Amino acid sequence: MTDTNQQIELLRFTTAGSVDDGKSTLIGRLLYDSKSIFEDQMEAVERASASRGDAEVDLALLTDGLRAEREQKITIDVAYRYFATPKRKFIIADTPGHIQYTRNMVTGASTAELAIILIDARNGVLTQSKRHGFLATLLRIPHLVVAINKMDLVDYDQAIYDRIVQDYTDFAHKLNVQGVTYIPVSALRGDNVVDKSDKTPWYDGPTLLHHLENVNVGASLNNVDFRYPVQYVIRPNQDFRGYAGQIASGRIAKGEEVVILPSGLSSKVASIVTADGELDAANVGDSVVLTLEDEIDISRGDMIVRRHNLPQKSNRVDAIICWMSEEPMKPRGAYWVQHTTRLVNGFISELNYKIDVDTMHREPADTLKLNEIARVQLTTTQPLYYDRYQLNRTTGSFVLIDPATNNTVAAGMIRSKSRNVDQLREGEVDTAPLRPKSSNVVWEQEGISLAQREERNGHKAAVLWFTGLSGSGKSTIAKKLERRLFTDGVRTMYLDGDNLRHGLNGDLGFSSAARQENIRRAGELAKLSYAHGNVTLACFISPFTADRRFARGLVADGRFLEIFVKCDLDVVKRRDTKGLYAKAIAGEIDNFTGISSPYEEPDNAELVVETDIQSVDEIVEQIINALKERGILPV
Amino acid sequence: MLYNHLKILESEAIYVMREVAAQFERPFLLFSGGKDSIILAHLARKAFYPAAIPFTLLHVDTGHNFPETLAFRDALMEKLGARLVVRYVQDSIDQGRAVEETGPYASRNGLQTVTLLDALAEFKVDAAIGGARRDEEKARAKERFFSHRDEFGQWDPKNQRPELWNLYNGRKKTNENFRVFPISNWTELDVWQYLQMEEIELPSLYFSHERDIINRDGVLLAASDVVYPVAGETVERKVIRFRTIGDMTCTGAVESTASNIHDIVDEVASARVTERGARTDDKRSEAAMEDRKKVGYF
Repeated sequence: MTDTNQQIELLRFTTAGSVDDGKSTLIGRLLYDSKSIFEDQMEAVERASASRGDAEVDLALLTDGLRAEREQKITIDVAYRYFATPKRKFIIADTPGHIQYTRNMVTGASTAELAIILIDARNGVLTQSKRHGFLATLLRIPHLVVAINKMDLVDYDQAIYDRIVQDYTDFAHKLNVQGVTYIPVSALRGDNVVDKSDKTPWYDGPTLLHHLENVNVGASLNNVDFRYPVQYVIRPNQDFRGYAGQIASGRIAKGEEVVILPSGLSSKVASIVTADGELDAANVGDSVVLTLEDEIDISRGDMIVRRHNLPQKSNRVDAIICWMSEEPMKPRGAYWVQHTTRLVNGFISELNYKIDVDTMHREPADTLKLNEIARVQLTTTQPLYYDRYQLNRTTGSFVLIDPATNNTVAAGMIRSKSRNVDQLREGEVDTAPLRPKSSNVVWEQEGISLAQREERNGHKAAVLWFTGLSGSGKSTIAKKLERRLFTDGVRTMYLDGDNLRHGLNGDLGFSSAARQENIRRAGELAKLSYAHGNVTLACFISPFTADRRFARGLVADGRFLEIFVKCDLDVVKRRDTKGLYAKAIAGEIDNFTGISSPYEEPDNAELVVETDIQSVDEIVEQIINALKERGILPV
Repeated sequence: MLYNHLKILESEAIYVMREVAAQFERPFLLFSGGKDSIILAHLARKAFYPAAIPFTLLHVDTGHNFPETLAFRDALMEKLGARLVVRYVQDSIDQGRAVEETGPYASRNGLQTVTLLDALAEFKVDAAIGGARRDEEKARAKERFFSHRDEFGQWDPKNQRPELWNLYNGRKKTNENFRVFPISNWTELDVWQYLQMEEIELPSLYFSHERDIINRDGVLLAASDVVYPVAGETVERKVIRFRTIGDMTCTGAVESTASNIHDIVDEVASARVTERGARTDDKRSEAAMEDRKKVGYF
């Protein structure tokens, strides 16, 4: 095995499930069937099983480490397990699935690139299976595997498997999680764990181990934004001053210009030093020593970055935290904030809401207890240099340390610069912080261009922006149009106010400022969809000219078609498909367009369609023709 | 074979060592002369290159070490230019701090803890870096990289600080200290592959050689002044090597003809018994390691 050219990769994954789901048995099975269990370990387990009077050897005993757990037969702390195949080395963060151990799941998930969620085929999708999915998503684990276990106890029934897959897919859809892999297994019998089972001829996917060996590694790494938190200054003598650190993201090469934060001073990388010789360039994950061309005072906690790709800077950040201590949170109490290699003072200046991990409902809260998750505003005495956790796990995460006990009491993930959500609803906030930077983000050069996408698709990308009163027929037209385009093989994406407000824009109300932000996000989303080659159908009341102009400005000239779906107010009031007009007129809904809030009619729309006069089919035909005339669709 | 995983594990260990140097005032590195501590010394050199290793190395000598280990230790310190202090279990016994076990099965392995804790107190060590790995034994699977110890050097498995991402919290009260395990995530196979990749020199004990052996309950012990045959046991000449090197009284050999690292990597990859399986100290009870850890054993 030592003379092939194969590369051994490393995959860190976590497993979540309760005692009864057979998680320990599954891990035991993976270790046993991949021949990672040694004879003496197996003998010890056989001895222990026999002494407890178990009929069969309990593979779970291979992993249940501490004496207390062995006695209670439950796993109480994160345990790390290792096994390897000729292709990969695996590190398993084995985390307990009980509600009281959310903290352990979060811990295990923080370094994982894949999560296995176990579901007992007899029980189907339970609350806790959803909780595991929610936490995995919160921690941004890129790959999710749902292992439907104990298939042997349901006679390997495909219908049962299919129903669980459907249930979980519906749930994952709400979480906006994509690419969940489902595998029917029996950890006890070994079906589809390492070897393909002959009991599930209806399943043609990979075995669990095959999937673990082939899933893309490094998906959680950010290869773009160079961030280098300085860990330690290396100074063997007067002639050498180097900055030791591990590259948190991106890459750096000798001679590149850099900026040091917080001083803002700039210099160039003189050398990248390692004990194995100097390097020309170094990448995310490498532990190196950088020397600079200029003598600058740099110490632990500083961050070296590229001049044209700076992190965010703020002493007030919007974050999701998980409380990890028996001691409840002290509202506005002082904590140490450990972020990258920096330690600063801070406090939780606002507790917006806590999130029930089972229902995902938001609840008001005055403090936080062990295992609770909340959205907070964190204020620090010195500014943090950070990226959103979504973009960068290293510069987007922090822990809180209680200065009285020195214990780690919370783990946090930064969402963005702090902003006051209530203010947003009141409409008092200025728009500047609502339009966060994008200029500093360097998009990957090796990406696929829009032209390449359009060439393959056989049509151009465009944004069709449907504007008009609630109930005017925007969605009805767009859905019918999309069906027609879909049938013709056109790549499409459909966005509307409802599907955005249920997820992406769930934090927004209906004040003018919130509506503006709603449209800004919708516009940015439409832009991304456009950039990926789709004919994007966006249905938003979008009553304000300025907002529509903003959306128009996001894509190329000639590719934005504003479609004014015109309908007489009296007609839409009579239609009142969602019963909203009645409520607005009764005063139950504020700021309702057409009743208590204005609708600014477009005067520069590419198309005007009138739903109180034309039929839906006529309108669809009219739009198709317009797309052909403009060369967006082939004639 | 490209060991991508080893580069990741190496970088992680270097990161942890640098965190120790940055967060603590008097960090020590525990050096036993075994392969894991040799790797630690190697990683420490890499972590701070071109500067010297900023840790003092501490060896707790049971007095029952293989002579080869001690010779190798002294040569390595000279090569690394590292500062080494040695503390002796014999001194602890002479001072009445530890009581020697008697009889043919006597081992000083447990007594090391007394000498170790005394040495840590003597030098006011606030972080002791060790080469323990989570794959070695079940109780170690839950150990943290930064493992907090109370003022008595004890470990409370139910009260460990959560460790997330790569954020290591080394804050502590006076008189408390930390054990730090930079190679927590390495397995025995990783260790051997790394030794091979980095061409690291090892004591000759790890390679196949002929030696007088006593087979005691399936464990092959080297015959010496401190390990001698009792009734029913014989001394046999065997071709063996050691998979771990600890105290002579409890370190078992394996029969092997692997005489270079390449052969050992292949042997380990196909091994069917864990390396600690050859150690008598873990066999005493199912929770043996957990009990020893709680009182301060590594």
